[in-house]
Amino acid sequence: MENILTTIDVDKQYGDTKVLDHIGINVPRGSIYGLLGPNGAGKTSLIRIINQITAPDSGEVLFMGRRLQRDDIAQIGYLPEERGLYRKMKVGEQVLYLARLKGLSNADAHQQVNTWFEKFGIQSWWNRKVEELSKGMQQKVQFIVTVLHCPSLLILDEPFSGFDPINADMLKNEILQLREQGTTIVLSTHNMASVEELCDYISLINRSRCILQGEVTRIRHEYKSGEYELCFEGDGAALMEALEAGGCRITGHKQEKQNVSVTVHATPGSGNDLLAKAISSVKVVSFSEMLPSMNDIFIRKVNEQH
Amino acid sequence: MNKISIIIRREYLTRIRKRSFIVMTLLGPVLFAAMLVLPMWFATMETEDVKQIAVIDSSQLFINKIPETAKFKFTYAADVKLEDFKKNLAQTEYFGILYIPPYIAYTPRGVEFYSYRQAPANLTMHIANAIEKEIETDKLKAHHIENLDDILKSVKTHIDIRTFKISESGAEKESHSFLNMGVAYASALLIYMFIFLFGSQVMRGVIEEKTSRIVEVIISSVKPFQLLMGKVIGVALTGLTQFLAWIALTLVLVALAQNIFLPDLTREALQQANNVQVIGSLAGDSVQYSATTEKAREMLQMIQSINFGVLIGSFLFFFVGGYLLYGSLFAAIGSAVDTDADTQQFMLPITIPLIIAIMVMINAMQNPDGPLAFWFSIIPLTSPVVMMARIPFGVPYGELALSMVLLILAFMGAIWLSAKIYRTGILIYGKKMTYRELWKWLMYR
Repeated sequence: MENILTTIDVDKQYGDTKVLDHIGINVPRGSIYGLLGPNGAGKTSLIRIINQITAPDSGEVLFMGRRLQRDDIAQIGYLPEERGLYRKMKVGEQVLYLARLKGLSNADAHQQVNTWFEKFGIQSWWNRKVEELSKGMQQKVQFIVTVLHCPSLLILDEPFSGFDPINADMLKNEILQLREQGTTIVLSTHNMASVEELCDYISLINRSRCILQGEVTRIRHEYKSGEYELCFEGDGAALMEALEAGGCRITGHKQEKQNVSVTVHATPGSGNDLLAKAISSVKVVSFSEMLPSMNDIFIRKVNEQH
Repeated sequence: MNKISIIIRREYLTRIRKRSFIVMTLLGPVLFAAMLVLPMWFATMETEDVKQIAVIDSSQLFINKIPETAKFKFTYAADVKLEDFKKNLAQTEYFGILYIPPYIAYTPRGVEFYSYRQAPANLTMHIANAIEKEIETDKLKAHHIENLDDILKSVKTHIDIRTFKISESGAEKESHSFLNMGVAYASALLIYMFIFLFGSQVMRGVIEEKTSRIVEVIISSVKPFQLLMGKVIGVALTGLTQFLAWIALTLVLVALAQNIFLPDLTREALQQANNVQVIGSLAGDSVQYSATTEKAREMLQMIQSINFGVLIGSFLFFFVGGYLLYGSLFAAIGSAVDTDADTQQFMLPITIPLIIAIMVMINAMQNPDGPLAFWFSIIPLTSPVVMMARIPFGVPYGELALSMVLLILAFMGAIWLSAKIYRTGILIYGKKMTYRELWKWLMYR
């Protein structure tokens, strides 16, 4: 698949502090790409370099296969982690101004603002000052500002932080819808549930280094640790005995009506053996291998480094 | 370039539509006009208040000797005890009591003045002068000089010095220190005020963008330098608009106020102006040649002696140039801090040259070609204020050009430095700033 954005060996240093150390990422066109990492790992620094707010000390950034240029900002939409608008300025005027700074002509800007305001049903806000809006309303305006110029690459830094559940859900749907339309989205986040839900690819950055990257499903398969979920009817004690004799460990269980399901820890790849033992002692209703959550992988990888 | 103009437009429009801008634009000229008209008006009011002063003269030397003026009248009380009079002062119409001791010539500090309200300085000076003069005359009389009065009259002299400047080509030009000083003072002070007023507006604008967190959205669309330039120029246009509006409104208000409060004065002035023209045609006619018309003619001459082309041209140049230099420094400060309150420590290095400039300006008005005035009118940080104080007296074009070129270079240097601090500063929050930190920012790529 073609990559819309590639960074090659990007280094950045502030004084004596190295914030990015040979970062290389490949963002396939049309995907949702997650940038993960603890606070201060260097995610925002990387995003600022992609937005040409700062320049890398060395390394290269490619956009659509060629070196990133100043004019490319018109094709990039950016929602910074620290969000804000001019508080005293009227909503309509402000959105128009920011659209024009992105390079839209006056007429195009007007048309786009009207389309988006209609879509969100906020035409009546045009003449209100930003400070008169609630926080949720301001977030809607902020999102419109980000996508107004139909960017082919959308960069969202912690998009869900500070959004209330309703707006967060709206945002999620918008992100998915934009991907449908062919927009590539890079999002940096701490919210691991949203990573599993949204991201196709991720890079995990810790202490300025990229420590894990690739397709989300592949990573989760790779980090399988031999957890299985077994749902059965019958004598639980017999099952336990049979499994523990085979070196497995039951790590949790829950009752669901007449069925009981247990979580079993075994050596990775020994699913068939485990199932054979179970079948011999109880009636198996369902059996599946559990994929690790991104949250577990995140914590594991980050702790490995410490 | 197009993006800078979009930024300039926003900075300009949002500022001139602000209520505070409109109020200041309307109120400014009222204040200016008040400053010009009120003193005149007070002067006309003052005459109504006549002060009666009772004089107890124990020396018997000054009875009917202190000259009366329009405002001060003296009554000489005989056979009254000071203590009794003091007790009854409230019941009388007198403003105060002047007590002169018996042996005044030997006890010059013995003269006393009692009143319920503070005695005005011009009253005590008037009395002191009168008494001094009387005693001096008495002492002279003690030498028994013949025709003393005539001699005294004949030695009385008043000198007015006319000053001429010789230009390099050898031509002589009469210069008028008093008017030049007024023009110098006013234009230098205006530039100083403009730099502070609008420089700090730039700073506050930067802080606003930083604290509202909108700055990162903007600099993902434009270069920080474009945003910085757009803001500095937008505020400059705001300032120029306000300044021009002030001048226009002030002129209108002064004209109006003079017609309402001082109709006589304007008529008189008009008459004087007419007289000047009449004198031109009736050169030999001595009847019209009064003191007031002479003054009016001098005034016209003085005004004509100023080179207005150079004055206005350089005023606009230093007005804008000085602002741009300081404005870009103010912007750098704004980018380095989180709130207005944090600006103090960084304001100092900017305020000091401006205050030095004002101090040198006072000196430059008295000695416009001295070394102090010369150097500080060349050094860019002080030149806008100090050079304006020199220009009404005439400055060689070479010096003027040098000063202007240096100011432009300094502005380019300042905006370059500021841009470096600015682009880092606007993205940093909640960090205690130090000069060391700023230095590090300058070194970043």
